[in-house]
Amino acid sequence: MFEDPNIIVGLEIGTSKICVVVGELNADGALNIIGLGQARSRGVRKGEIINPEQAEEDLRAAIFEAEQMADVEIRSVYLGVSGGHVRGFNNRGVHPVVSADREISDDDVQDVIKNAMAVNLPVENARIHSVRQRFSVDGQDGVTNPVGMLGARLEVQMHVIHGHANRLQNAIRLVRGTQLEVDEIVFNGIAASLALLTNEHKELGALVIDIGGGTTEFVVHYDGVIRHSGVIAVGGDHVSNDLAFGLKVPLSRAEKLKMEHGSALVTDAAKGQTLTIVNELGLPLRTVNVEHLQRIMSLRLEEIFQLIAQELEQAGLTDYLRAGVFLCGGCTRVPGIVRLAENVFQMNVTLGHASAISGLATTLDQPEFAAAIGLVKYGSLKNRRRDKRPFFSPAGIKGAFGRLLQRS
Amino acid sequence: MQNPETPSLLEPASKPVVKIFGVGNAGLTLLDAANTPEFAGADFIAVNTDSPAASSATVKIHLESKLLRGLGSGGDAERGRALAEEQFSTLKSACDGANVVFILAGLGGGAGSGISPILAKAAREAGALVLAFVTLPFDCEGNRREQQAQQSLEQLRAAADGVICLPAQKIFKLIDENTPVVETFRLTGGLLHEGLRGVWQLLTRPGLIQVHFSDVCNLVRDRHAENAFAFVEAAGPGRAREAVEKILAHPLLDEGRALAESDAVLVSLTAGKDLTMAEVGRVMEQVKRQCVHAQIIMGAAVDAALKEKLCVTIIAAKQNVQPSSVAKRVETRTGTTSLPGHREPALSHVRGARKISKPVQTQLPLSIVSKGRFDKSEPTKHNGEDLDVPTFLRRGIPLN
Repeated sequence: MFEDPNIIVGLEIGTSKICVVVGELNADGALNIIGLGQARSRGVRKGEIINPEQAEEDLRAAIFEAEQMADVEIRSVYLGVSGGHVRGFNNRGVHPVVSADREISDDDVQDVIKNAMAVNLPVENARIHSVRQRFSVDGQDGVTNPVGMLGARLEVQMHVIHGHANRLQNAIRLVRGTQLEVDEIVFNGIAASLALLTNEHKELGALVIDIGGGTTEFVVHYDGVIRHSGVIAVGGDHVSNDLAFGLKVPLSRAEKLKMEHGSALVTDAAKGQTLTIVNELGLPLRTVNVEHLQRIMSLRLEEIFQLIAQELEQAGLTDYLRAGVFLCGGCTRVPGIVRLAENVFQMNVTLGHASAISGLATTLDQPEFAAAIGLVKYGSLKNRRRDKRPFFSPAGIKGAFGRLLQRS
Repeated sequence: MQNPETPSLLEPASKPVVKIFGVGNAGLTLLDAANTPEFAGADFIAVNTDSPAASSATVKIHLESKLLRGLGSGGDAERGRALAEEQFSTLKSACDGANVVFILAGLGGGAGSGISPILAKAAREAGALVLAFVTLPFDCEGNRREQQAQQSLEQLRAAADGVICLPAQKIFKLIDENTPVVETFRLTGGLLHEGLRGVWQLLTRPGLIQVHFSDVCNLVRDRHAENAFAFVEAAGPGRAREAVEKILAHPLLDEGRALAESDAVLVSLTAGKDLTMAEVGRVMEQVKRQCVHAQIIMGAAVDAALKEKLCVTIIAAKQNVQPSSVAKRVETRTGTTSLPGHREPALSHVRGARKISKPVQTQLPLSIVSKGRFDKSEPTKHNGEDLDVPTFLRRGIPLN
């Protein structure tokens, strides 16, 4: 069996499901999704692996399903990572231009990037991405490519995303354990934004929120570059847990109630309504107030949005999101979540669709696959670069230096 | 004598007359440290059962009776108290004419614990507003001192307009294994001094946004828990941000957690003439974000002497906590130490004995919210809030 360079696989080990998406690059470089595999994830909490054995079992099942569907053998994957330990921040690098004619050369650019990447991370942390934002030459901001310009002082803004090295390594080891290669690790939030946003959105300024089972990732694009990113280790699991606690029902029942009667806003129809929970014999066990159910959910989801809104406000980015907010992730299946998000952010909110790729339409429409599809897209962009074809990537990715952790 | 109901400091034009009392040996040490040009205009008065001759204070009051035979109060608060009551008139006359009285003391010993509440009472009767800055003893100093300190603190709270207390145990967060004892005490004194300076600046500097002494008192009064306070300084172009960072990292505010838990916060900013509204706004916004539930009182003042420095004083108070929660302590491994000048009382009880004799109403662990499936995973903390606990519980929204 030989390795087909045109097959790109995205793997997301999520808290509620493990998801494998297989993409194929056709002759003219367009990406097509040809396969999808998923399995219920049991060994993951809050986006981090807590039971490797179970996780591996689930991973094998998902990979198998994807291979069957796409009719390919999967050799290597782009692995999505997340978890409460992942953080993003902006860093600035400065480099004086010393050449006699003051012309900025390629070397200067490399040097300034190196300076910007030299950040003080905690020792146990490793960099996942360093994304170049904009250069500035002698205080003139917004320069995309300074090579050939004249100047004395070259600066660059970098967005650095980093996480706990051992925890990232856990996911990588898990994948390696199934005889798969990890091409690269990618922050799930970036992957989701790749799937959801068009270049236009990235220019205008957009916030992508991926509310998954255990974590919520968010990424802000503005002016074509990544401005901000972060993870809140709160997700759909928390909603279920709140319901289980508040309504005094078992977790599995809470999960079911969430799916069937959940709402992100307290609806008028729910006022005073009750539900009767029956056991397997059809005998009524107890009643549950639908209004309470919806209020508990609403408060939790609202809080997630508020936390993000607060963080963006602190970063001073609220006014730059002209394309609005894009939601994805399993949690966005909750009815009314768009209205809730609109209430919190006071701007246009859209349920994101993986619009930027063609392929299985049913897959692309599902909000929970956005990150996995984005991983494939990330891979395709990387692949094209490797081919050294003349290529202008979307600016957000242009500077992405996904770091390979220990490639064996 | 002043009428207590109309303190002249309500008119910002006239400066309040401030008297600073140091009570007991620890109090005297603190007083000496405070006796700097910075506090020009204040009267320094030393009160002790030993001879306060060594103090640099302008007025020295030596409380003495034949009973003590010149040996001080012997670490017995009752004796200190009796002595102070006996000489109540002396204390009161010392407070005459003051608008504001600060009391500096280290609680736990005889003089500080015994005299301070009486002095506070005397000062109030003399028509002054009273604010006490006190330290609580280290854990390792023993139960008796802690008990005395707690008792005295309660009395002081009843007698004074406001009490700002610094449990010395908190200092352990600031020092490492190798910090000498002397240095530790200096640090304790320094922190209290900073708090004093912050309040002093509040009162004496011309305020852009005035904070009245009564605001301060309102804040610290009737809050049955320790008032956390912090004083930070920052300079340079990014000083507002730096100050905020320092506040959030301040060990006395539990790295900002004290702010999240507090229900009333006083913030005072002082800087040179170049203090901008944007800076005030920046600091306040961050503080506001930290303490969502708190009532915030703010003040801003200009002091040309500060040049480009920005000083922020924060006093955070919280309510609804059992008085005994002040005694919530961290167990430590250090040997026996004591505040300078305090005599170590005989330790007749073991630590556990007091806990039985003085039952403390604590929260039963059962009533703490179970985190369900997140019980065993790492908690998701955000600004001191545990996000794993259901939102409706944290926000106290009732489901009827």
